Order: sequence, then structure tokens, then C-alpha cells
Amino acid sequence: MLEVTGLEVAYGRAQVLFGVDLAVPDGGLVCVMGRNGVGKTTLLNAVMGVLPTRAGKVVFEGRDVTRLPTHQRVRLGMGYVPQGHETFGQLTVAENLRVTWEASGSKDRGVVDEALDVFPRLRPLLKRRAGFLSGGQQQQLAIARALVTGPRMLILDEPTEGIQPSIVTEIEDAVERLHRERGLAVLLVEQYLDFAMRLADRFTVLDAGVVVHEGAGAELRDERVRGLLAV
Amino acid sequence: MNAFLNQLPIGLSIGAVLLLVALGLTFTFGQMGVVNMAHGEFLMAGAYTAYMLQSWAGRQAVLVALPVAFFVAGLMGLVLERTLIRRFYGRPLDTLLLTWGVSLILQQVARDLFGAPNVQVKAPTWLVGGAEWSGIRMPYARMFILALAVVCVVAIWFYLARTKQGRRMQAVMQNRELAACSGIATSRVDQRTFFIGSGLAGVAGVGLTLIGPVGPALGTYYIVDAFLVVVAGGLGQLRGAVLAAFVLGLLNSYVEYWSDASLAKVVVFAVIIGFLQIRPQGLFVLRSRKLT
Repeated sequence: MLEVTGLEVAYGRAQVLFGVDLAVPDGGLVCVMGRNGVGKTTLLNAVMGVLPTRAGKVVFEGRDVTRLPTHQRVRLGMGYVPQGHETFGQLTVAENLRVTWEASGSKDRGVVDEALDVFPRLRPLLKRRAGFLSGGQQQQLAIARALVTGPRMLILDEPTEGIQPSIVTEIEDAVERLHRERGLAVLLVEQYLDFAMRLADRFTVLDAGVVVHEGAGAELRDERVRGLLAV
Repeated sequence: MNAFLNQLPIGLSIGAVLLLVALGLTFTFGQMGVVNMAHGEFLMAGAYTAYMLQSWAGRQAVLVALPVAFFVAGLMGLVLERTLIRRFYGRPLDTLLLTWGVSLILQQVARDLFGAPNVQVKAPTWLVGGAEWSGIRMPYARMFILALAVVCVVAIWFYLARTKQGRRMQAVMQNRELAACSGIATSRVDQRTFFIGSGLAGVAGVGLTLIGPVGPALGTYYIVDAFLVVVAGGLGQLRGAVLAAFVLGLLNSYVEYWSDASLAKVVVFAVIIGFLQIRPQGLFVLRSRKLT
């Protein structure tokens, strides 16, 4: 579904990614792991075209999207939830979803309802400005917003980072259901081992901008792999 | 007391012109981080549009010119954005120099086309004179400019809050990256914003022909004050721009009335500098992060 080969990204002279390979199979869930500052977020941003790549290729469903602008990748079915539960703070929850739905060009209003079914907590908040929601509610809105784009693959950057524990489980359950029931492929950056162990088909460990380990989800129980992640 | 009240329509109409100029700037500056020094020349283009239309529409030229000037100035803004400014996004200092150069070129073009001396646009007869009201004079021309600003603000508000394109514009202004990640074609939104913002300056230029002569340097008198309005009101803020424009317009005209034009400028600058010491982010804030 998604194939990344030899990806290199640099901020000016500081190179962050040195030829990263990554593949997400159809309907699979792949977890990217690693300590802070090894280039996980940079990798996702480059996959989405938010950052320009210096070398390498991003192929989504057989199509080379390396040079496509971000919004066109979204329209092809790449649903991205950036780090830090971002929303359009001055718009209401309903407007956040509406502006996204309108941009998707879809005629079917049902997608907004479906997204709200995944996060029923958002329904009573529809008229509230997104900036006034709690971090957990904002993250639910952020994922709902990505669902409204009609994705075939979800790309999530630490969806439970800095979120109150009561909502963490809700978000994890929602991601699991979207993956298992709707068959959405997921590319996940995650620090929580438990969540990754429960869901990931495959995982990739990054360190200092290179892939240092790649394996099946079950291997995450392996002590040596855990050693790569310990701080 | 009457002298005080007679000054009111003057201050309000100056505020209205400032507002129309600042509206475009606050969106291009707030949304794209572009300091467009050539924005004043769109004002000048609007004014000359009214001048040109006189030969065809006679004294009603001002009315005909309103939509035409919106389109002419808007198109100029669009061309400027497409050909030059878009290559300089994220480099505010370079854009400033670039658009300043464009501003000088446009002024020279106007000088070549229309001559250096100021020209006059005859106002429609129904805008000549004013209403007299127990000793207080309300010139029709200034009331017309005020009404023009009110109509434009309502239209912009409606556009932002109630239309599809307006919602997109708000989304891009609040979080450009997230807008792109939501499938919004941000560069298309930028073009539209530039067109509308520049067009509003053109409308302001038409309004200016009612209260003064038109010259190639018309824009330079307003661009700095308009930027003051933008900064004091808060970037990309409709209500901030409205409030700041009228405060500045009134302050300017009253101090000028009691002293002279240079002192008025000094006082206005001093007030703005003082205000920005206390509230560097302006009256209203759109986003707390990413302000550069």
C-alpha cells in the first residue's frame, strides 16, 4: 500500500534521515518506534509531503507521490494526524470537520457522521471552538478530521502523547476498531510498547535517522529489541 | 462642541479608508506572512480606474468604478502573487524589499500613463454637499465612504463565516500545515486571498477620489498607516482591524485639527509604539504560536 525507499530528508545542512526504507502492506498496521529525536516525525512529514525530500521515493498504492503536494496525497487516501493534537482552534468542532469534508470533494455527508460515530464524545461539543477543548478531545477531533478526508490509510504521529489516561484507551480502541473492522491500513509512530505490541503486524525501529531493526510485531516481546528502545 | 462634532465625519472617513486598505493587508500578512509594500499602489490603481471611467460614465464614474476597481486591483494583486511573491514565501524581509521595488515601478508606470500632476475625479452630484444638522455638517462624500467600509466589512465577515471558500481561508490562516493535511489546496486559497485583499484596496482608492486629488504617490500616504492598523489590530483579525482603523483615523484627525499634520503623525506613532509595548500581539490574537 505504501512503499518508502531510500528516503533522505535534511533541514538545511542538517540531515535527519539517511536512506530510510519502510513498507506498509494492504490493510496492515506498521509501527515506527525509536527514542526522541531520531527522525520519526520527520519521516511522517516527508511521507506526507509536508517536508521536501532530498532523495528517495514515496509510492502510495502503486503511484509515485514523491513530488505531489500534501493536499493531493490526502485526496489519494492518505489520512494524516500530525503530532500534538492539532486543530483549527478558532473554528468550531463542526466547522473543523466541515471544512475538511468540503475540501475532500465528497458528496456524501455521511462521512462526517461516521467519523462522529467513532468518537461520540465529540457530538455534544459540535458548537464549541476547537481551541477550547481538552487535549484528549482535540486529539479525537484530529483523528475524526483525518477520517473525514476518506482515507484508505491512517498515518498517526503519537496519537496518545500527552493525553489524559481516560481518553488514551478510547483512542487506542478507536484505532484498533478502524484497523480491524474497516480494514484501514495504519502507519503509527508510538512510544507505548503495550499498544504497539497489541496491534502491530510489523515494526521498524529508527535510530539517528537510519532503520536499525525491522521485524514482525511479535518480536517486540524480545528483550534485544526492547534494548533498542530503552532510554 | 460643534467643532468637535464637525471633525467626526472626517476622522471616521479616514478610518474607513484605512480599514479598507488594512483589510487586504491583514489577510495577506496574517495568512501568508507577506509584507506587501505594493498594496498602496492597488489603492492608487483603484483611484485611477475611477479617473479613467469618467470619460465613459461621466459623473457617475465613482459608482461604476467600485466593481471595476475591485477587479482591476484584484487582478494586479493576483499577478503579483503568481509571478513574484509566491517565490518568496517564508522570507518576509526579502518580500518587503521586493514589493517595495514593485511599488516604485508601479508609481512610475502611473506617472508615465497619467502624468505626474494630480488629477481630479468629479463626484456624482448627489454626493456633493452635505447634511446640516443643528450646526453640524455631515458631508455626503464622507458618509458614502463610511457606508462603503461598512458594506465591505459585512461582506468579508459573511464570506469568512458563511461560505465554503471563506472557511478554507480561515483554516489556512489558523494552521497552514494542518489545512494542507486536511486536503485543502493552500496555494489556491492564497491566490483567492490575494485577489480579494488587493481588490478591497482598489475599492478604497475609488472612495478616496471623493475626498481628494489622485496622484501617482497616493498609496504611499496610506500604506504605513494601514500597516499600523494591521499590527495594532492583530494579524488576520477582522474586529481588530475595524477597531484599530477607526481609533487611528479619529486620533489622527482630532490631533491634526488641534495642532497640525506632522504633530498628528508623531502622536499616532507614539500611541502605537506605547500600545505595542503593552500588547505586542495586537488587540486580538488568532494563534499564540508561530507568530514571527
